[in-house]
Amino acid sequence: MTAAAPDAPQTVSWYRTQSGAELLQRVATLAILSILALAFIVPVIWMVISSLKPIQTVFDNSWLPPMTSQGWPVPIPHPQYFSNFSDAMTLVPFGTYFKNTLIVTVFSVAGSVLSSSLVAYSFARLRWPGRDFFFVLVLATMLLPGIVTFIPQFIIFSKIGWVDTFLPLIVPTWFGNAFYIFLLRQFYRGIPQELAEAARIDGAGEFRIWWQIVMPLARPALAAVGIFAFTGAWEDYFGPLIYVGGDPNNWTLQLGLKAFETAAGGGSPLWNLIMAAGLVVMIPVLVAFFIGQKYFIEGVTLTGLKG
Amino acid sequence: MAELAVPKTEAVRKRPFLNQRRREALTGYLFASPWLFGFLALTLGPMLFSLYVSFTSYDIANPPHWIGLQNYQFIFQHDSDFTKALGNTLWYVTFKTPVVIVTSLFLAILMNQKVPGIKYYRTIFYMPTVITGVAAIFLWVWLLSPFGLVNNILGALHLPQQEWFLNPQYAKTGMIIMGTWYIGAPMLILLAGLNSIPRHLYEAAMIDGAGILRRFWNITLPMLSPTLFFIILTNVIGAFQVFNSAYVISTTAGGAGAQPGDPEKSLLFYEVYLYKYFGLSQMGYASALAWILFIVVLAITATQLYLSRRWVYYEGG
Repeated sequence: MTAAAPDAPQTVSWYRTQSGAELLQRVATLAILSILALAFIVPVIWMVISSLKPIQTVFDNSWLPPMTSQGWPVPIPHPQYFSNFSDAMTLVPFGTYFKNTLIVTVFSVAGSVLSSSLVAYSFARLRWPGRDFFFVLVLATMLLPGIVTFIPQFIIFSKIGWVDTFLPLIVPTWFGNAFYIFLLRQFYRGIPQELAEAARIDGAGEFRIWWQIVMPLARPALAAVGIFAFTGAWEDYFGPLIYVGGDPNNWTLQLGLKAFETAAGGGSPLWNLIMAAGLVVMIPVLVAFFIGQKYFIEGVTLTGLKG
Repeated sequence: MAELAVPKTEAVRKRPFLNQRRREALTGYLFASPWLFGFLALTLGPMLFSLYVSFTSYDIANPPHWIGLQNYQFIFQHDSDFTKALGNTLWYVTFKTPVVIVTSLFLAILMNQKVPGIKYYRTIFYMPTVITGVAAIFLWVWLLSPFGLVNNILGALHLPQQEWFLNPQYAKTGMIIMGTWYIGAPMLILLAGLNSIPRHLYEAAMIDGAGILRRFWNITLPMLSPTLFFIILTNVIGAFQVFNSAYVISTTAGGAGAQPGDPEKSLLFYEVYLYKYFGLSQMGYASALAWILFIVVLAITATQLYLSRRWVYYEGG
């Protein structure tokens, strides 16, 4: 998927260089990268540490684990570490929020992947009058500020009685997303035509070629789209705020988390509980990232290429 | 479904007026129809409708009532929050974009060196980009709280501590600090751009005695300019639309009673300000505001496209 660099570096150990200056440069690069990497990862580590602390020590900015009265660290499988999580999960109905988020996410991912793939196939592999014009239009919509369509969309959805249901969050994903269409079109153009041609000679229709030949070959790109759509739906705040904000039974995790902050917040926020709840909401996304990071990275890289 | 496609194609093939080309065109429209329909029903139609609504007084429950240019007149002449919100947003766009570009370019250049473990660095620098939800915003409110980790570290280094999201002078700076955590996507795109610069250009320049700065200025930047342009364009448009983080930060950091846009309207960005009128069901006024933002963004994008001819270098074009 990633285009190989015209002249890929030879596989020699990094420290085997010709000159001392070059080695020094590499060590310096490595040192700067490591410091920056640490700075990037510390917030998440700090989140974990804060989520484990009792409220009395959460503001002391200590990196040390909680101590027993004898001055030893409290061993890891100790109920103290998990009480924040169980407290956080019982303060507001996270189970309902989780279920709602799951419904929205599953249908959004399916919608985004299927519709964007079908449309991308049309732009990449079929010839029809106006195709290039419409493709420019697809790209142009990516530059369109969403705010200009959001108010009329809300009016439409409220007129047809969809407000306070999940439909406004799900249905639009079934009409293709410009960014995903672009990404998949780039990928489809790189798939060799021979297989599709052979199938065409055997009498296969375009739908069948798309479904049985192109879709399986495009798995990495589809995985990238799926994973973007997943994090997008899981972490969407604005959509749920607008469309299901009025009914707590329909709240997603993001809305629930904000409500939880209000419940655990007020004058002096219970940061240990807020961080614990935040981590729980964040974990599916982190897991998806670490499993599918290859697809994330290839997907992002693909969008940066010139069409 | 796949089985159905075959007989249908066979049947179509027998009809003389639907030749190969026409059939392909028909299939093309059919396959693109979800987007074509979505574009009409969810983008173009709504846009035109909202343009109309912007000349009316409309609360959804009652039919829109035509009032001509009154919404626009009121916005420009009497609404002091409009100027405030536009000013805040322009400030944010102006300072955030260069910070994001410079940071991501710096990281991409470092990662383009022949150093071990690039895979792991790439993972670490990209990871924040996937955690954009409310939890991540809370994390930054906590990190930048008066007793938070950032102030703690600043104190240890004997640097001045700030109240960040509680101080109107530093609230936007706090958001830019938070923004530098999200440079994963531009960094990866720039890294791919750097990778595609042919090595022989550098080798030729080195033979001619060009130093590292000269090579950066005369090879790296021109070869990277299309990528940089793409990133600047998308980041400017994105920064104009800042909402979630500002909305959540201002209502979280300030505690009970904090209004969206607090402290002292320093985080009152354009969409946070617009959202207020949406919440009040003043759809005509909110639509007028949306169209003003749309025209501002369009004008800036068009200017950038025009200016790009002077600095963006396209190979073979």
